[in-house]
Amino acid sequence: MMDIIGVWLAAFLTLAIMSFLFGDNPVYKFVEHIFVGASAAFGIIVMFNQAIWPYLYEGFTTTDAFLKITTYIAIFIGILTLFRLEIMNYVAPNLTWISRFPIAFVTGVGTGIGIVTGIHGFVFPQIVATFLPLLEKHASAIEIASNLILVLGVLASLYYFYFSMEQRGILKGITRLGMVIIMITFGAAFGYTVMARVSLLIGRIYFLISDWLHLVR
Amino acid sequence: MNRIWTIIEKFGSIDRRIIYALVFLATAIPLFFNVRIPMPVSPEVKSAYEAMDKLKPGDVILISTDYGPSSAPETQPMLEALLTHAFRKDLKVLLMTHWRFEGLIMGVEGLDKIARKFNKKYGEDYIVLGYRPGVTAVMIGMAQDFRNIFATDNEGKSIESYPMYKEIAGPDGILNYKDVALIIGLEAGAIGNAWIMIVNARYGVPIIIGTTAVSAPDYFPFYQSKQLLGMLGGLKGAADYEQLLNITGFASRGMVSQLAVHALIIILIFLGNLSDIARRFRS
Repeated sequence: MMDIIGVWLAAFLTLAIMSFLFGDNPVYKFVEHIFVGASAAFGIIVMFNQAIWPYLYEGFTTTDAFLKITTYIAIFIGILTLFRLEIMNYVAPNLTWISRFPIAFVTGVGTGIGIVTGIHGFVFPQIVATFLPLLEKHASAIEIASNLILVLGVLASLYYFYFSMEQRGILKGITRLGMVIIMITFGAAFGYTVMARVSLLIGRIYFLISDWLHLVR
Repeated sequence: MNRIWTIIEKFGSIDRRIIYALVFLATAIPLFFNVRIPMPVSPEVKSAYEAMDKLKPGDVILISTDYGPSSAPETQPMLEALLTHAFRKDLKVLLMTHWRFEGLIMGVEGLDKIARKFNKKYGEDYIVLGYRPGVTAVMIGMAQDFRNIFATDNEGKSIESYPMYKEIAGPDGILNYKDVALIIGLEAGAIGNAWIMIVNARYGVPIIIGTTAVSAPDYFPFYQSKQLLGMLGGLKGAADYEQLLNITGFASRGMVSQLAVHALIIILIFLGNLSDIARRFRS
């Protein structure tokens, strides 16, 4: 019985959201508010059950002294962030600066990890991937052409963003090539985006005609 | 002749509700027919399939469902196809998410459905680790010991208490990336980048990414640079994987609708441009 109610409710919510196609209306607004409220409530519960409670429980009950100390430090840093709450502007406006410490801590750690992983995991491997053989003995003509397009495409696209020299003559030609490559990339991305949006519509319509109306199996 | 130009010009001002109705019909009608159109399988999907197929029974795969219901029509068929392949090969599955509660809901739903089909048991063949916030910290923490991050599973029970844990953890009783044969990130955003840049680059764990079509162009450079073993992009990626498994799932059926809607869009773009040419010609 609950399954049937759930499916009917989901069908109503789907149609209500789709009604926006014919303009903003009260049913759409109502369902939009339900979505925001339900998401926030469910998110809080899951966050508490999956994140806050397991870490606190583990930290308080463990016999490992190091884990216990780090838990207390984490709680302390967490409490400091509460000084950023709006209410603190009224309760203790002189102490809101304290919240900058946890923010600085998170920013520092994030930047440190980000720089290392960015260079090691993205920049270097991507540069290496463009070092392709252009005249290999056993490579097929398609492979050589593909490598050539990739290398020239990378160089031309990079040069398109080089603004320190006036782009005339051959340099203008390279810039044009870079622009064409970038446009092709945008076109491919747009094509994929169309496919993504159509897929979402297929999902909803399939739900309506299959799970709700049982017209297809 | 003038009348023809007038008709052509009107294509540029078709009522948007007519276009909505046409798109609806082009999407819905093919779904009534349980057909699959033959498609050439993309090389990146074939690579993903081969990477999975090379694994031996008992090998551990870690699936991260980093998406929500808003992108489920694309990524959920990928999850179901990959799980079908995994359970056919008797692999051990660990499931987690970085995508708050939505990823957990979608992951558990797909895992339960496919596990039931293959008669797989929780705690023996698969474990749902759950969700923990802090993407980078979670990934780095798991490199030392999964229990640092997931001391308990989704049900709040210690992961060590399951028979599967004892089976898959190393002789030292520690479970970390060295015990995982393959990581599969099903992504609706940029978390896949973190899997590649942190876990693959730093710890050398092979990775497959299944992503929404919107994000697919962002992941192709990683496949080209061999940082990814394989990739599934959008509904087409899921349909390709279903084809390799020889099953007709939602993705395969959906591709017929994709074909119809794309044909309609191409016709509409053509008519719109024709209308614009007619308008310029007359003015």
